[in-house]
Amino acid sequence: MNATTIRTTGDIGKYEIAHLTLVPKRHIGRTVAAAVVLLLFAALVRAFSVGQIEWSYVRDFLFAPTIIAGLGNTLLMTVAAMTLGIVLGVVIAIMRISGNPVLSSIAVGYVWVFRGAPALLQLMLWFNLALIFPTMGIPGLFEFRTVDIMTPFVSAMLGLGISQGAYTSEVVRSGLLSVDSGQYEAARSIGMTHMKMLRRIVLPQAMRVMIPPIGNEVIGMVKLTSLASVIQYSEILHNAQIIYFANTRVLELLLVASFWYLFVVSILSVGQHYIERYFGRGIKSIRSSV
Amino acid sequence: MSNDIIVKAVDVTKHFGNFLALDKVNLEVTRGEVSCIIGPSGSGKSTLLRCINLLERLDGGAIWVNNELVGYRREGDRLHEISDVEISQQRRRIGMVFQRFNLFPHMTALENIIEGPVQVLGEPARQARERAETLLERVGLADKKDHYPSELSGGQQQRVAIARAMGMQPDLILFDEPTSALDPELVSEVLDVMRDLASSGMTMIVVTHEMGFARNVANTVTFMEAGKVIETGLASEVLSTPKSARTAEFIKAVQS
Repeated sequence: MNATTIRTTGDIGKYEIAHLTLVPKRHIGRTVAAAVVLLLFAALVRAFSVGQIEWSYVRDFLFAPTIIAGLGNTLLMTVAAMTLGIVLGVVIAIMRISGNPVLSSIAVGYVWVFRGAPALLQLMLWFNLALIFPTMGIPGLFEFRTVDIMTPFVSAMLGLGISQGAYTSEVVRSGLLSVDSGQYEAARSIGMTHMKMLRRIVLPQAMRVMIPPIGNEVIGMVKLTSLASVIQYSEILHNAQIIYFANTRVLELLLVASFWYLFVVSILSVGQHYIERYFGRGIKSIRSSV
Repeated sequence: MSNDIIVKAVDVTKHFGNFLALDKVNLEVTRGEVSCIIGPSGSGKSTLLRCINLLERLDGGAIWVNNELVGYRREGDRLHEISDVEISQQRRRIGMVFQRFNLFPHMTALENIIEGPVQVLGEPARQARERAETLLERVGLADKKDHYPSELSGGQQQRVAIARAMGMQPDLILFDEPTSALDPELVSEVLDVMRDLASSGMTMIVVTHEMGFARNVANTVTFMEAGKVIETGLASEVLSTPKSARTAEFIKAVQS
């Protein structure tokens, strides 16, 4: 008995399946789920179309000068507050990991205080600072009235930026800790000072770990700037409110504002992808190595 | 000038918590010498190396490099701890090659080598680049200059790391088990580069398990165990006719 004789005993054709028709597996669950979602979506669309929404207002106010100006101020505040937040975050994180007990205690205290109070409350504290300090300055050199300095813009920037710094410092710290200790040693072995080592060797590598959460925080900040509407900073939500106080089209103008938030966030998400790719240079991505 | 002492360690002691890593270790290396330190893991070889360029602080004893006290400045009867900046200045003249290469992953091979000369020594970028290219050629990697470390094999990375150490034009180079993290087939390419470096007159202190390298290249061999120097002397004598029974036992074990 050998292999050839076995194949002739009626099994012929059993191993030839190339000519058969393939019937794909049915995904009944998916079909049902899709149908349910489509139905709900259709109901939602219908609700909005028969609801008391005047879509013409949405269209007309989408590019209204007041709205566009508000959008500009929203972006300006995002950049200002986030810049302050990142600068503070890096400084506080470096203080935290430094061997200097005074500096690291200050860093711990900073994070404790500014992460512990709501951002809206911090904004209002800065804005109302004049109540306890009517003037600011160095006696004999210069002096200002606090209300002149603590404009809505400055108050919002300080409130948002300083509380952001507390969060960002934790992101930066985890980035610094992610860099292999061998990198610190190699940098020292070529005679780098502490600051140069951080700037040239450690931070560029930490960036790879820091960028995704910081990108997340920038996106969060775009929306967090809406808090500044409470202290009369004329960002997009504040300006939308001004318009609907006049024309009573509340929902239409809120939709206009939502559109612009979504638009900005979408663009930032794309930008984040390219920044991640830049700081990931020299490191094989997880996706390509799998 | 052959008796010119470049490294002198006197009664060096180091604790990690309760663990005594170095117990009154003495070492002397002259200019142009290749000095191998051998011994079982945990014997303090690497710690001694790391004390020489201040990656670890000493608990007792002292080390001189180039007749300069490492980590301290003597003023009359007082020893002052030197500042961070002064420590980094002392390290510039001591190259180091690590077991796990520690190349900067965000820089190409060439950028890894010019980083120190340009950023630390303030050399003009162009001059540093030219020298880096010569060094890469010397370690046989001229064609890999624009590759990132992740695109190089372990042996290639270690050769770049040696070129990086040489780029600083140091007075001596410390090698901390330079071939221990390599695939066996890649060991010889790194040892060849080190042999070439030794023949060019570079002072080298090499912590290694490569007995062949110690036998063929080293001038002196020091055997350490449990934080102590058990035996030190000419390579040929220590490796062939060790005085201590423990040294003989160790050499026999690693060679078989």
